Order: sequence, then structure tokens, then C-alpha cells
Amino acid sequence: MTATLTRPASARQRKPGRKPGRELARRRGPAAWITLTALVVLTVGILVPFALIALNAFKPPGQYSAHGPLSLPDGFYTGGIQTFWDTADFGRALWNSALISGCVCVFAVLLSILNAYALGIGRVRGRTWILGAFLIANFLPQEGLVYPLYDLAKATGLYDSQLAVIIIFTVIQAAFGTYLLSSVLSSFPTELLEAARMDGAGRARILWRVVVPVSRPTLGVLLVFFFIWTWNEFFLPLVFLVSNSNQTVPVALGTLQGQHIMNPLTTSGAALLGVFPTIIFFLIFQRTLTRGVTVGAIK
Amino acid sequence: MTVTAERRRSGAATRGAGTGAGAGTRSAPYLTYLLPATALFAVVIAVPLVMNIYTSFTRWTGVGPRQWAGLANYRQLWHDSEFWASMWHSLALVTAMAVIPTVLGLLVAAALFDVIAKRYSERTASFLRACIYLPQVLPIIVAAIVWGWILDPQYGALNVALRDIGLGFLAHDLLGDPHTALLTVMAVLVWFQLGYPVVIFMAALQRTDPALSEAAEIDGATWRQRLWSVVVPQIRPEIYVVLLTCTVASLRAFGWIYALTSGGPGVSTQVPSYYSYQSFFTDLDVGYGSAIATVMTLIIAAVAVVFLWVQRRHAG
Repeated sequence: MTATLTRPASARQRKPGRKPGRELARRRGPAAWITLTALVVLTVGILVPFALIALNAFKPPGQYSAHGPLSLPDGFYTGGIQTFWDTADFGRALWNSALISGCVCVFAVLLSILNAYALGIGRVRGRTWILGAFLIANFLPQEGLVYPLYDLAKATGLYDSQLAVIIIFTVIQAAFGTYLLSSVLSSFPTELLEAARMDGAGRARILWRVVVPVSRPTLGVLLVFFFIWTWNEFFLPLVFLVSNSNQTVPVALGTLQGQHIMNPLTTSGAALLGVFPTIIFFLIFQRTLTRGVTVGAIK
Repeated sequence: MTVTAERRRSGAATRGAGTGAGAGTRSAPYLTYLLPATALFAVVIAVPLVMNIYTSFTRWTGVGPRQWAGLANYRQLWHDSEFWASMWHSLALVTAMAVIPTVLGLLVAAALFDVIAKRYSERTASFLRACIYLPQVLPIIVAAIVWGWILDPQYGALNVALRDIGLGFLAHDLLGDPHTALLTVMAVLVWFQLGYPVVIFMAALQRTDPALSEAAEIDGATWRQRLWSVVVPQIRPEIYVVLLTCTVASLRAFGWIYALTSGGPGVSTQVPSYYSYQSFFTDLDVGYGSAIATVMTLIIAAVAVVFLWVQRRHAG
């Protein structure tokens, strides 16, 4: 999780255009071919479950029982997906997930900016300890917080409400965002800050007009990560969102699985529907990442 | 994370030189920016953390008053074979999610970087990397559902395929047999986790100095010697980050156990995370669940502190 964020940072340091020696590059001895074969076999093995989902999600029900999971589908049948969509109220779950993850990523980035401004640029006293506390908070197991939070939510009428989940994940994600953004902002170009100060800009103005626009690439990356991480969360949403109409995608899938009412076709349909949004995020995330990297390189 | 942390240090040095004294007094007004986070952290993290520890010293069903029980829950934990089993299984999950992926990921990343990218093409290397990373983008619960279906004893793809190709005698209820359940979960976790270290290590290898490796090669060092003595020391920060985040992730393997085995058969795949959940919401033994969660919290905090300490020492 953390390390995916390392990627833009270290990728930025990559020296482009460094070519390995020509002679070495063309030496494809038996060892090289064996390595290639081993890696291809490994990759194919890793992809098998994805292929199985794709193969079975649209298979007519009779065919699965007659010819099993490995046969090629002899028709295009959306019944499995349809059944799952209806039983799980999947459209609703998608909306809930989008709403919760959307709110969390925006709020968490805002909170991270405020904290990082004080810690990274304001350099308030004791910031090392404060940062350490944020980092530890991010690592804490949710199991150690869940029951008191559940109790608290019940006492305040927030149990089974999406607001509770949004607040909790805003804080958890902001813990990481603060840590990362503070490191980034502590190397913020001093000249820019001084210039703004000389122009008579106050602290708040400098934050919104100078710091935020300049750090936009990093904020974009954080926004995407927070969205995906919140989307994939299971444990706390499972505890907090009990009624079907409030559930997120992972919780809807998980509770159906727990009820053991799934057959192979609905399972692969469910898996396909569950995989689909994350593949889209993956593509968006690749773009954001590349953009972050190029902007960093221009500077 | 590490890279930015290093940058932070150098940034701090230049800033310190530039702004000089007076930074301490000038920083006080910035405290207002920390207020919203402080309030939210108190409510969402600090208070629940303390309440959980307090509850672990009581008997409580979740309703009515808590009864002070002193160390009774912890004494019970000490003699609880299911708890000890769950701790051992945690070690197995650390092996599957941190140790094996780190070692295997290092080998795969080095092979992609040294052999595939240089002797075949960069494109092949990044394509293979993307494929290996793919499981990581799945929500855990979706991945667990897929594997639960593949491994189903009756209609699951694995056993059906074995029967189809005449190897029916190998067909086995892998998750339903206490002897194979944990190993099967471990194998699935390796599948899920491998892409993460591969991606990180490949990024790390980009910043290593090729001259060092070439010099070692001229001196007659084998590939393995070069990897271990030249490359690994250079990418040590990334190795620490991967080990730390993977270890923490493996101690929180709730989703996998919930969807794949529910801790069974018997207690053969029970983990502290799922055990505490069961104590909280199934057994309504909230004090006991809190004690398990407190032990987990302490272990994870200790792991994090040790890793950060070792990392700082090596960063010098």
C-alpha cells in the first residue's frame, strides 16, 4: 500500500535514455531463455483465475454442469450476472461504494493538506512525534478500534449509516496522507513562500494559492489511492453497514458468499462484476501516475 | 516513502539554513491547522484505542454494565489453545504474505530488470510486471470469492479439471481438510501478494548504480553474488518498506479468512483477527475479544517500531 506511492517518487529519479551495452543486450544464451520461460509460466499461472472468471461468467447454466468450468462457452448468457445483480442489489452497492469512497478521498486529502501545511511548512514543534503518531495510527489494526467505534456509533445514532464509515476512513486515510504529504511539503521551494509573503499574502492565502496548486500532482495521486483503498475496505464496512441498502460492493459480495447461496455461475458473475470497477480504477490510476511523474520531471 | 523521507532530510537542511532562527516562534500560528485533525483523531483513534484496552480488563456482553475482571481475560488467553493456534497461523501468514513474496519478488524483479528488459525488451518486462501485479488491484473479498469457487470440492474448477484430465485421484477438498487448509490459504496469499514487491523492487532497481554491478561482473562475481552483495544493499530501504507493510497486512488477514474458511475446519485456519471478530459479534464476549485485539495492537505496534528503528539505523 505504502510502497505503491514510492513508485512515482523513485520513478522520477530514473535516468531516461540510459541504454545497456549493445553486446550485452543481444546476448540471449540458454540461461536467458530459461529465465524468460520461467517468468512466462509464472505469469500465466497468476492469470489463470482471471481467465476462469471470464470463461464462466457468460456460460449457460446447463453447460457448466455438463462440461465443467474449462469448456469454452457455447453461447452468451447473462443470466448468472443478472441473478447476482438483482439478489445483491448491485447497482445500489456500486452507488454506495462510489459515494463513500468519493467523500472519503476528498475529505481525507483536505485533512492531509491542513496537517501537512502545519507540519511540513509550518514546522510546528514536536512534529517528528506528531508524524510518528500519524504513522502508527495508520498501521493500527482496525480490530482494536472496531468495538468502541461500533458502540460509539450506536450511542450517537450513526450505526448502519454511511456517514460513520466516511468519518472513520477519512481519519484513517488522512493519517497516511499526512505522513506522505508532510515529507513532500518540507522540501517545498522556500523562494515561492518568501515571494508570496513579500506580496503580503497571509498563511491561509499561501496555502490555497501557492502550496495547493504547486502540489497538485501529489494530491491527485493521493486522491486516487484513497478512493481505491476505501473502495476495497471490507472489515469496518461489514460491521457498520448491516442493511442491504447501505452496503458497499465488497460487503454485498461478502455477505452473499457467507450465506452460501451462490452457485458457480452467480459466483463467476459476481466476481466479474467485482473485478470490473477495480480494473477501471487501475487504468485511471496508471494515467494519474504517469501525469504525476511527467509534471515532476518538468519542474 | 523512504525516498521522500530522504528528500525531507535534505530539504530540512536547506530550509534551516535559509530561514534560520525564529522558526520556532513563527510556527505557533500554524497549530490552528492541526485542530480539525486533532479533534477527529481523538474521537476515531485515541478514545476507541483506550476504551478497547479498558474493555479488555472487563467482562461484558456488549449490553448492560461492564464488570471489572482484572487480568482474567488475559489469563484465559494464556491457556486458550485456539488463541495460540491463531498466533501460529499468523506466523504462517507472515511467511506467505511477507517472507516468500519478498524473496520471490526480489528474484522476479531482478530477472525482469537484468535479463528480460536488457536482453529482450523493456516492453516485455513491463507487460509481465503488470500481469503479475494484477491480483493486487482486486478487493480482497473478490479475490477470496474467486478462489473459494476454484477450490470448491464438488464444482470447483481445480478438482473438475483434475478429473477431466484423468488425474481424479489427485482431486482433494483442499480447504476442507485440516491438513491442507492453511497451506492452501498460504498459496493463495502468495498469488495475491507477489506483484507488490515486484513493482516496488523494479522501481528500486532503476535507481541502483549499474557501474557497481558491472565492476563486480568483471571481477568474476556470479549473478547470485552480485544480487546479494551489490544490489540488495542498494535497495535495502525498499526491502524494509515491503517487509513492514506486508507483515502488517498479513496480521490483518480478516477478509481472506472470512470468505475462504471462517477459521475452519475446526480451528485450523483461525487467526487473531477473525477470532476477535467472532468473540465480539458471535460469542458476545466483548471483553475477551478486546483482549485479543489489544494483543494484536501491541504486536503490530512493536513490529512497526522495530522496523522503523532498524530502517533509521541503516539509513544512518
